[in-house]
Order: sequence, then C-alpha cells, then structure tokens
Amino acid sequence: MASPAATRPAPQDEPLVSIDGLSVDFATPRGTIHALRNIDLEVPRGKVLGLVGESGCGKSTLAYSLIGLLSENARIAGGAIRMDGHDLARLGPRAWRDLRGQRISMIFQDPMTALNPVTTIGRQMMDIQYRDPGTRAQKRARAIEFLEQVQLPDAASKLDVYPHQLSGGMRQRVCIAMALLTRPDLLIADEPTTALDATLEMQIVTLLRELQEKFGCSVLFVSHHLGTVAELCDEVAVMYAGEVVERGAVAEVFNAPRHPYTQALFDCDPARIRVATRHLPTIPGTLPDLRQPPRGCAFRARCGKAFARCEVEHPPLYPAAPGQDARCHLVDPAEDAS
Amino acid sequence: MTDLTQSPLPEPSALSRGLRVLAGNRTGMIGFVLVALIIGSAIFAPWIVPYDPAAIMVGPRMAPPSAEHWLGTDNIGRDIFSRVIAGGRIAMLVAAASLTAALSAGLLLGLIAGLGPRWLDNVLLLVFDALRSFPTIVFGLAVVTIIGPSLFTVMLVVAITSIPIYARIVRTQTMALKNAEFILAERAMGVGMPRLLFIHVLPNVLGPLLILASMDVPLVIATEAGLSFLGMGVRPPTPSWGVILNDGYNFIRNSPWPVIGGSIPIILVTLGFTFLGEALRDIFDPKLRKAG
Amino acid sequence: MLLYAFQRFGLSVVIVMVAVSILTLMLHVVPGDPAVMILGPRATPELIEQTRVAMGLDRPLPVQIVTFFGNILRGDLGQDVFTGRSVSRIVFEQLPYTLILISVSILWAATLGIALGCYSALRRNTWLDTLTGVISVGTISIPAFVMALYSVLVFAVWLRWLPAIGAGEGFWDGIRHLILPSFAIGISWVGYVARIVRASMLEVMGQPHVRMARAYGLPDELITRSHILKIAVQPAVTLIGTGVAHLFSAAVFVEAIFARPGIGALIVQAVNERNYPIVLGAVLVTTGIIVLATLVSDLVIAWLDPRQREEL
Repeated sequence: MASPAATRPAPQDEPLVSIDGLSVDFATPRGTIHALRNIDLEVPRGKVLGLVGESGCGKSTLAYSLIGLLSENARIAGGAIRMDGHDLARLGPRAWRDLRGQRISMIFQDPMTALNPVTTIGRQMMDIQYRDPGTRAQKRARAIEFLEQVQLPDAASKLDVYPHQLSGGMRQRVCIAMALLTRPDLLIADEPTTALDATLEMQIVTLLRELQEKFGCSVLFVSHHLGTVAELCDEVAVMYAGEVVERGAVAEVFNAPRHPYTQALFDCDPARIRVATRHLPTIPGTLPDLRQPPRGCAFRARCGKAFARCEVEHPPLYPAAPGQDARCHLVDPAEDAS
Repeated sequence: MTDLTQSPLPEPSALSRGLRVLAGNRTGMIGFVLVALIIGSAIFAPWIVPYDPAAIMVGPRMAPPSAEHWLGTDNIGRDIFSRVIAGGRIAMLVAAASLTAALSAGLLLGLIAGLGPRWLDNVLLLVFDALRSFPTIVFGLAVVTIIGPSLFTVMLVVAITSIPIYARIVRTQTMALKNAEFILAERAMGVGMPRLLFIHVLPNVLGPLLILASMDVPLVIATEAGLSFLGMGVRPPTPSWGVILNDGYNFIRNSPWPVIGGSIPIILVTLGFTFLGEALRDIFDPKLRKAG
Repeated sequence: MLLYAFQRFGLSVVIVMVAVSILTLMLHVVPGDPAVMILGPRATPELIEQTRVAMGLDRPLPVQIVTFFGNILRGDLGQDVFTGRSVSRIVFEQLPYTLILISVSILWAATLGIALGCYSALRRNTWLDTLTGVISVGTISIPAFVMALYSVLVFAVWLRWLPAIGAGEGFWDGIRHLILPSFAIGISWVGYVARIVRASMLEVMGQPHVRMARAYGLPDELITRSHILKIAVQPAVTLIGTGVAHLFSAAVFVEAIFARPGIGALIVQAVNERNYPIVLGAVLVTTGIIVLATLVSDLVIAWLDPRQREEL
C-alpha cells in the first residue's frame, strides 16, 4: 500500500481535502455526545477556509479530526475525510504520524502552553525536522530562516531561549514558524489569535495571510471572530451545534448571509453594529443537548423565523446562490414556490 | 430564610455529601471500615481480649494459631491475639495524644508565623525546616538519650516532628486571609482580630489539617512501633506492637507467629488510614493532592 | 544558576545550624545537670567535673554554642566521653556502610519505580498497570522495619537463600549481604515513586505541548522522553530528595535487624550507653546529609526545568 504521505499530482481545481458525511461521537459518563453530525465540507487547494461558530459548536473538534488528534473518548462514527485518494478517517496511528508534520501541521490556540516549556526553541524547531537527512547546522539554519519569515527580531538568538522567556505574541510567531517550516499542504489554525490582545491579533492575521500567499498552502482557520475571518479567509463555513449550517465564499456569505443563524451572528458582531446602543445584542437561548440532537432543524428553538416544517424535517444544505449553501428550509426553492 | 440563619460553616451539607461520596468510593469504604474496627477494638480492648495480655503461660510456648490462641503464643506462653489488641490501645493512645498536641501547637505556631512580624516568621520557618530535616527515628533516639525511653517520650517525638507540617499550612492560610479585602473591611468595622481568626481561618484550615492528620496516623504508629521495637519506646512488659515484634524477632527461627501477629495490625492500620485519608482528601480538598 | 545554588547552599547551612542548636538547647532545657545527663548512671563526681570542662559546659550557654559551631566548622565534633576518641572519626567510620545501603536501596527502587510508573501511565488498564497499582498500595502500607522482619523470615529463615546477619566479607559477599536489607528499604519506594510518576505523567500527557508534539508526528519515544518525562519526573525527584530523612530512619531499623554496621547501629548503641556526644555528632552528620540531599534535588529540578531556575 502506498503511503499517504506520497503526493500524487492533482489538478488545481480539485479540493485538497474533502469531508463527506463526517460524524464524531464523544463518550462521556453522562451519555454519548454527537458532537459532529454529517459534515460535508471541502478544503480548497491553496486557499484559506474559515470555520466560524460559537464555542461548543464543534469547530475545534472538526479541526482536530483533520489531524487525527481527537481526544481519547472521541470516535469517528461515520463518513470519510479524503485527501489524495486516502481516507484519513480510517488511518492507523503509524500512517497518521507520517502525515503529521509533513503534509499537515497545526497552530494551537494558546501559545503560552503549546510549546514544550523545558526545551529551547531551537531544539524544538530542530526536533520537528527529524525526518530530514540534513546536518544539525543545516537544520539550525532552516530554523533561523523561518523565524525570520515570521518577522521575529534577532532570530538567531531566539534559538537558545526557552518559551517562558518570550511574550505571547512572539511565541505564536514561533508556532507559526514551526508549522510552516515543515512545508505542509494543509495548515490548521485553531483560534490562533484568541489568546492574544487585539493589536497582536491583527499582526498575526496579516502575517498568516502573507505567508499563506508566499507558501501557497491551504489553511483551515478556526475562529469565532468574524472580523479576522473576513480579513484572512477566501471561503467560510458556519457551524452550529455540530453541523455546517452555511458555507460559501467569504464575500457572498458576509454580504448576504442566508441562514438565520449566520444573520444573527452578524447582528451580534460588535464590529458590525452601526447604531449606537447600550446593550450588545445576543442570540437568545442556548445550544441544544447534543446527546439527543433535535429531530428537525437544530437552530429551530432560537430562530425567529422558524415555522412548522422546521420542527419535523431536518433541513439539508440547499444551494442558496452560486457557490453558497445554507441549511435552512427558507432557502429551499420549493418553499419559494409554495 | 434570612441571612441570619446562614452559618459561615458549610459543615452539615459538606459532611453528608462526603459520607455519600465515601459510600461510593470502594477503597475509601474499606479504609473507613478498617479504621472503625481498629478504633473500636482499641476502645473496647479490656472486654475483647480473651486472656490477660501480660499473663505468662496461659498456653504452651510458641504455639501456632489454634482455636484457643488465634494468633498463637509467644516465647513465654502469652496469648499473642490479646497482646495485639492491647497493643492497639497503646498505639491509638499515642496517635490521638501526639496528633492532638501537634495540631494544637501547629495551629498556634502557624497563626503566630502568619500574623507576627516578619523576623519572627522567618525564625519560625527556619525552625520548621530544621525540625523537618531530622529523620524522625534518629531525632527520637536523640530525645530518648536525654529524657529516657517512655510512652511520653514517643508522644513528644511524634508531636514535635509533626508540628512543622501543620504549622506551615496554617501559616499559608493565615497569610492569604490576613490581607483579604473582606478581612480588612471587617477590621475597619472594629471586629477584633482573634474573632476574625476564629470565624475565617479556623474553618478553612481545620479540614485540610484533619485530613493530613488522618494520613499521618500510619507514620505515628510506625514511629511508636519502631522505637518500641528498638527498646527505646514503650517498655516491656506493656504490650506495644513494637515490643511484640521485638520479642518475636529474637525467636524468629523458632516461631514466625509473634512476628506475623505483631505486624498484621500495623499493616492494617496503615492501609486503613491511608485509604480513608486519600478518600477524604479527594472528596473535600482536591487541592491537597499536590501539597501532600 | 550558580547564584541560585549558592543561595540555597547558604540556607542549607543555616538550617543545619538551627537543627544542631535545637538538639543542644534540648540538653539544657531539660532540668538537671547536662554532664550528669550525658554520663548517665556511670557518673562519678570526678568524671562529671572532667566532662564539664572537656565539653565546655562550665562556660555560659552562648559561648558554648559559638565554640561548638566553631569546632564543627573545623570538623571537630567533640570526644567520646568514655574512650576519648574523636566523635567525627567514629561517625565517619560508620557512615560509608549506611550511605552504601541507602544509595543502593533508593537507586534500584527509583529506577524500577520510574519505569513502572511510566509504563502504567502509557499503557493504562493493562495487567502490569493493575499489578503496579496493587503493589504500590501494598508496599506503601508496610513500614520498612516490618518489611525487614518479613524478608528475614521468608528469605533467610524459610527459604535460606540469602544471609540475614552482618555486612559480609569482601566484595561479592558484601553484595549478597546487601540484597535483603536494600530490598526491605527500597520496596516501599518502588510504590511511592511509581504512583507519583504515573499520576504526574498522566497530568503532563494531557498538556497542550504534548498534543503539539503529536501534531508534528514526532516519534513516541522522543515525545515520552523530552516532552513528558522531563516534566513528569520532577515530583519524584522532590519526593526522593526530601525522603532521604526517611531512608536514614529505615536504615536504623534495618541495621539493627540485620546486625549490620552503620550510622544507625552506632546511634542505637550510643543511646543504650547514653553517650550523648556520639548521638549528637551522628545526628548532625545525618541532618547535614539530608539537607544536602534536598539541595541536590532542588538543583536537579532546576537543571531539568528552566522555569524553576528563575523562581528564586
């Protein structure tokens, strides 16, 4: 069997990763949580796909299942994750290890805890090159090169410091440098700016955009911050309660959101509120219990536009506009006709 | 219900919650049963023992266990089971007395270190560190040289070597509370410091202290038995577990029963109090996990 | 790092001095004449006077303490009241036996404990993990001197595999004589170390940096060694460092039970003779070693973990 790490040339328009009907369950003492249900999504080649939603909507779970790092109590209950003709959902531990740090790498949420606290930055950056046949000096030079790529001042001297001696922003730059150093096809960024303050956030997002264009890799950018998604992403998928409820090009979705949840999300975004107000709007209600996902539309209970059909029939992803789909019966062409 | 009825001590609910959790914790329950058995047998020892623990030749010498002598007899024909039960009384007495003394002294010294001037705090910390760096048994032997071996010496040694652990916990808690805003506010309103300590510090430290104390019981028992084994603690013919083991060791080539009989209660006590203490710690104070 | 080491060393010296002062003060706090106390039942008026002058007991207490510390710094721990031999000579003659005994005990125990703890954390719920758990609880609840009695009973009396008395003659015989005593001291440490290593391994394994290492497909062996174990072993180092005091306590019993020479046997004998200068000297030396061990364990942790270096 050919190793999945061996790339086979693929046409540019074919997506890098296509997720078909992926479902993930978590076994907990209180019952099984159906955290992801029937996810259909494509990560386009050489582009940035944003994944947005409230906390607990499953966006991080989706990100982690793309690199095979789901927690121990998680189980892929169905579906496939296709990359170059291989199904990542069925990969064994060894095959996963070959893939990670070669074709897929990841930037984590909290740079304060993501780096090994007891090893120098240089050692960590050289360790991840363990597959390369180069000499120590070559690996070291490469580490310096990538620290310069992420615009870390005085890069060479940073190799000998420990993570706790760097600020949060610097540590996240180191993490980005490490992720890019392995020249991945897919870079997963799990809320990489959430733990940073606002000015740093913009710097890191700009840096990610520049480097993505330079290296041409695909990026899966997980965030709950709509502004950064608009800034950075080409495409976006909105998740709610373990489902993709809307997906499409950033320009289309941000201009004309079709799913009531996406619309509500935009209404609540402080950056988009134009009228002066004393209270930040919120979406009333809470997430449904994912141990028993509702039969109809998952957003029904919180939706102002819900009607009889939403209660009984689970909406599929309807094509809403060219390149834009929404999981809402209101978008169903049949509903328009009636 | 008005505010007046709210007690600052969440004791009743925590206690009933604790008992309920304990019932669901297997090792905790085993510990609880063992501890109850041991304490019970120590209290009722005079009515439980089948023979006078000090009486010689109540049976044959160095007999193996039998229906008459459950743990056999020793080299001068004393009933080992009776001696073990009577020894438990001594062990529990030492544990109770010395740990009470250590807890009280630790509480007092911890409060002094926490509230007193900085120099006094530093001096006390140094003394605590110094006391902790003595090996318990070696320190105990030094004390024995000065005041001679006795039950009191054992209690003194155990109390002195346990004080630093308790005092440090009280000190940390006192320091944390000393400058807490609600304390400053209450002081500004004229509430006296002793009263504040009684209301706020005591309830906060009592739980952790008692849990630590229950986990310390095995150490105390081992120290008592150890010193008595060396002939530096409880003096024969008083039937301490250490004395039983020492008598047994001298005749280990003739009969293993005195050694086996004398060691079983030590092992059971250690198991019981360790299980119970760990269960209590997990239930009431998960933070202690690291400190302990 | 060097500054840190120096500060810690200074503190250690102060702690030992305070410890010795406590022991000396105790002698004076107890009612009665210290010289009589030291000499015990053997005291004759001439001997008491002689001892009083020899130990400087006729001078004021502060002067005594200062001279005593001065003497300690010169390596002089005073004289044996009966034979007049130098206490430091007597103590240092016996010390190697005890040091070898406790080092061998803790070395095999820590190695096995770390390996078992590591294995049980990595392969949870396997039979070896369960067995380790049972052994840990079982051995922890048996005090070292009880364990020593049982090893004599089982291996020397019943099975007759190994000698139970003395330290042996020559190298190989010495090793044969070391097996049972070091087993008795070490076995409960296997349990302590395995338990603490397993718990802290599990804690570290859940930390984000380990997940990140996995995200780079690093080999498991590298992750275990440099991302998990380097952090998870620290509590075990502290445990052993502060546990040296318990090792000395255990050595007292084991030396008594196996009739081995050593500092524990020396102390027991001195206590029986009420030979206080020897007891004091031996306690001083063991306390010094214990404080030194704590210092070394702190330095080992500072060496393993750069974050600890800056704590001070």
